[in-house]
This record gives sequence, C-alpha cells and structure tokens, in this order.
Amino acid sequence: MAIQYKPGKEPHPKEHRLIFRNVDRVDWNPSMERFLAEGGYEQLKKAVTMEPKAIIEEVKTSGLRGRGGAGFPTGVKWTFIPPNNTKPVYLICNADESEPGTFKDRYIIHQDPHQLIEGMAISCFAVGAHMAYIYIREEFPEGAQILEKAIAEAHEKGFLGKGICGSNYDLEIYVHRGAGAYICGEETGLIESLEGKRPYPRIKPPYFPAALGLYMCPTIVNNVESLCHVKHILEMGGAEYAKLGTPRNNGTRIVCVSGDVQRPGYYEIQVGKVTMSEVIRDMCGGLKPGRSLKAIIPGGSSAKVLRADEVFKLKQPDGSVKELTIWDIPMDFDTIAQCGSMAGSGGVIVMDDTRSMAWVLNNLNNFYAHESCGQCTPCREGSLWMKKISDRIAAGNATPEDVQQLENVAYQIDGKTICAFGEACSWPTESFIAKFRGELIAQTDSGKQGKIFNRESQVAAAPLAATR
Amino acid sequence: MTLPPALLEKIDEAITHYPVSRRSAVLPLLHLIQHHFGYIEPEAVHFVAEKLELQPIQVLEVVTFYPGFRQTAPGKYHIRVCRTLSCAMAGSYELMESLCQATGIDRSHTDHHHPIAVSPDGKFSIEFAECLASCGSGPVCMVNDDFHEAITPDKTPGLLAKYQG
Repeated sequence: MAIQYKPGKEPHPKEHRLIFRNVDRVDWNPSMERFLAEGGYEQLKKAVTMEPKAIIEEVKTSGLRGRGGAGFPTGVKWTFIPPNNTKPVYLICNADESEPGTFKDRYIIHQDPHQLIEGMAISCFAVGAHMAYIYIREEFPEGAQILEKAIAEAHEKGFLGKGICGSNYDLEIYVHRGAGAYICGEETGLIESLEGKRPYPRIKPPYFPAALGLYMCPTIVNNVESLCHVKHILEMGGAEYAKLGTPRNNGTRIVCVSGDVQRPGYYEIQVGKVTMSEVIRDMCGGLKPGRSLKAIIPGGSSAKVLRADEVFKLKQPDGSVKELTIWDIPMDFDTIAQCGSMAGSGGVIVMDDTRSMAWVLNNLNNFYAHESCGQCTPCREGSLWMKKISDRIAAGNATPEDVQQLENVAYQIDGKTICAFGEACSWPTESFIAKFRGELIAQTDSGKQGKIFNRESQVAAAPLAATR
Repeated sequence: MTLPPALLEKIDEAITHYPVSRRSAVLPLLHLIQHHFGYIEPEAVHFVAEKLELQPIQVLEVVTFYPGFRQTAPGKYHIRVCRTLSCAMAGSYELMESLCQATGIDRSHTDHHHPIAVSPDGKFSIEFAECLASCGSGPVCMVNDDFHEAITPDKTPGLLAKYQG
C-alpha cells in the first residue's frame, strides 16, 4: 500500500525513506496508537529477548556511522565501554541539533517521536543502560512536550519503566532541555551541561564519554537520527541494512538543503548513491532562474566550503586519479572528505552568484564568536578577532593585510583547543580565504590603513545586509 | 518572589529525574522559573541554589552562560529572530528591521551581553538568536514558545496581529 504524503511534500523518486517514512504523511500523527498500528515497538519486543551483544554486532555489521557530524561508526562507539565496568551506564540522545544548515531531528521529534524512543530503548538495552536522557535544545519547546507525552504513553504500554515487554529489563528516559548554547552539541560539553554546569567540553583523553562520561560513568552519546536507524537495523538485519548506500557509507541519511535553491528542504537518500547534482538540480529544482552556482557548504556551517568551479582530484585504490566536479560528488562521508570538506551533519548550504563571500563568512564568524564557550584562549579570543576582522571586510573598512591577518588567526586556533569547536570555527575562514581570496581582497581598501572599525556586530550588521 | 504551589510541585518532580546528582536539575529549575516569571531574578538564583544544596555562584554561572536564560524582564511577547546564515540569506536582518519598526523597538543599545530590546509599551521584546534549526524555511522566528516559518518582512503585520492580547 503506497503511503500518501501531504500535497507538495511528496518525497522525490530518488529518495529512500526509512527514517522519514512517516514525515509529512497524510494519515499520520505522533500518537502511540498510530505508531503501534504500523508495527511500532515490535523491534523493542524482539530486542529484549536477544543477547545485548548480538544487537551490538548487528549495528556493527550494518556499518552505521553517526549522523551528528563526526561520522564515527555507532556500533564501534558502543564497544568502547570498558569490559570490566561495574558502574551504571548512561545513554544520552543528542537532540541539540544546532549546526547551522541542519534541520532533520526537528521533524523526527515533532512527527515521529516514538521511532526515536523505540530506537533509544533498543540502544539502551544493547549497551546496558537503565537511565537515559534526551538532551533537547531549548528552542524546541514543543518538541520537548511531544517527547514527554510520548514517553508517558510508552510507560503506560510497558515499553518503558520496570520489566519492559515482560522482560526483567528496566529503563527510564527523561527529557532534559538545554538553554541555547551551540557547544552543548559537543558530547562532553553536553554531559557537563546535563550535570548542571557550564558546558565546557572535557579533554580527551582521559574523558572519553564511553569510559568517563555522565557522573564519571560510561556514557554513550548518539544523535537522534543515529538512534532511529538502530530500530531499522534490527528490523532489516545488519547485513541487509548494509546493502543500502555504498561500501563504508551504509544506510540512508537525511540531507538538509537550504540557501539559494528553488525547493529547499529535507531529502532522505541512500548514502553515496546520489550525487550533488541530483540533490540540488533534481530534488531541489536547481538554482533560482538566471542564477549560477557560486559555492556549497556540504555538511553544516563548520564544513569547508566548496567552490563551484573546483575540480577535485581523487586518488583511487588502484593508484589512478579520478577527476570530479562539484556536481559529481556523491553524497557520502568518504568522498566529501577526500574533496577536502566533510559530510558532517548533512546540512547543505547553497550560495549563488549574487552572494558576497565576505558577507557569508562574516555571518558565520559572528555565529562562532557568539558560541565559543570561552574555555580555551585560542578559540575564545580568536573567534572574536575573526569576527571583528570579517566585520571590517564586509563593511569595506578593511585593508588587504586584514585578509592575511584573518587567515593567520584562523590557523592559530585549528588544532589548539580542547574540543572540535576550534576546527569548526576556523575551517570556514580557512576555506573561504583559500578559495575566495581574490574576492575578499577586492573588497578591501589600502587607504583604510590605521582606521580600525570595530563596532559591535549586532548593531553593525543591519547595514551590512545591504552589502549582500 | 512567590512561587505558587503548582510550580513548587513541578520543581520537586523535576528534581526526581536526577537521582544521582541534584545539581543536574539546575537547568530544568531555571526553565520552570523563567517560564513562570519571564526572567531569572537574583532571588531566584538563591532559591535554586538552596533547593539543590549548591552555592549561589554555581547557579549564577549557569544563568550568565546560556543565551536561553534572561536576567531582565522581556516584553509580554518575546521574539527571537534567527540570525544565522540560511535565514540571513532569506532575509532575517530585514525581518528584524521590519519587526523593530512595527513595534517601535530601538535596538541600538544592545550588545553581546545585553541582547534584548523591549518596546516602549513593554508589550514586545526582541533579540537575534543563533540557528533555530529550520534552515529550509527561513526566515524563521519564535514568539514566546511559538515557532513561525517563512516570515518574510512583508508578513510582519500578520505575525504581530496574532499577539495583540
């Protein structure tokens, strides 16, 4: 029976809907009854009769890689819990969704909360957690309410609480709301926040969450989408799931497209089976009339920008070199990494020829300066310097030397901080300068020497809009 | 600051979610208090500290860190406009301008530490927020807990008309 989707929200024929199967369905709602009517919680019932190790093996076989940003194999992450552990184990669902350009977890939480709870409960059983938290960003107040209602419904039906589905396995899940800080998406920052503190990320080693996480106990932190995949891996079997996508880039993933395309939105694809061209030209309807492509950020704002006319030379296993244009890039993890960027969280931001790169970079630098937690000096000071310099460039008040200075600052942050925010904030600057140096320098004026322009950006930024 | 019994009940319930460490309840308690009073006043910091057996600074440092907590009263309707790239490309700076004009809000005195500006009649307040995670339907904004998509500047009057009470 074909699923009916709301008019205008039908999936593109090249999509493969697994996680988003129920998103935008005509006859769908987030209730327990609706979920049960389509085989909901059957996989949890099966899971509690299995050996936890067998579930972990299925997830490892599936090749599932984390959908939050780093792309680390989920099953492997789970095995990092020390084998001789005697402390309680925690599982945290990272629903902080805050990487600019990413908007997938929002729809899972709002429209299909039970899918997440079932995936979480299976994952908790597999890693031996009896207490789990969903860390949801504060800006999803409705999402938090929907999840709390879904958790209460699951309790009533015996899918959570004591003796789940007639087994002797107990599990409690609580919703924990953040308070608007991007750094809480970093797993150790998230843990600090859940402990009621400022979310200063912890240094690794020794604080790998799987060994020393929440309350210094083993803790698994997984993204919303990753946890939902676990339910489908159990349903299909790890080997069958691994047939989706391409080798080492298995399964489906949700690509979120925003910016200068005709139909921005979310598209669930088999990883690596669809190219950038198919996503942007076919699924999103291409660029706006009369416009041409200038640049793409392929995996959330922290991913390095790709220029439209770049030719990527990729070394093949047999030693040959394959040339790809930006349109040929398959939407996977490994090829995008080989092209010098990352698939990250799946947030694709498209910019056409009307965009000023100085303006775009300035917008991102404002974001990172605002969100740096301030723990490490290179990032705290550097992100603010980058913002101030790019404020000057975007406003036409910079000298040509400022571009060089901006690049120097970025390379002073990268690799010198406790958490990956250092890379996240410096990669945009490094890549925009590397690829659009001429355009940035053309916006400067050597006559501005010595005239420092440093107004607070939130005030300065309004007139900047005109330079876009 | 008087906390009604229903709120106290919710506070006590929230603390039970964290059987290992009461300190974990700092954020939930601050959320409950901010939701009720609109902002976190110094007395509330002391109340939460006492409730969770913490030093007041351990609560205050949380309040001052997170952009989601306010130390001053917002308007009756608090607007958060997404400032980040995709929404900015779709026109969120123009939306901010338009909302400020329509509500008579002057943002010239705002900065990183004081991001909120309130309208002269106290009915509306506004601030820029960083990425609200709906990049495909920008520009987006929130009014209190309500989320609004594709609010181009021309939709400002329609949006504000929903909040006239």
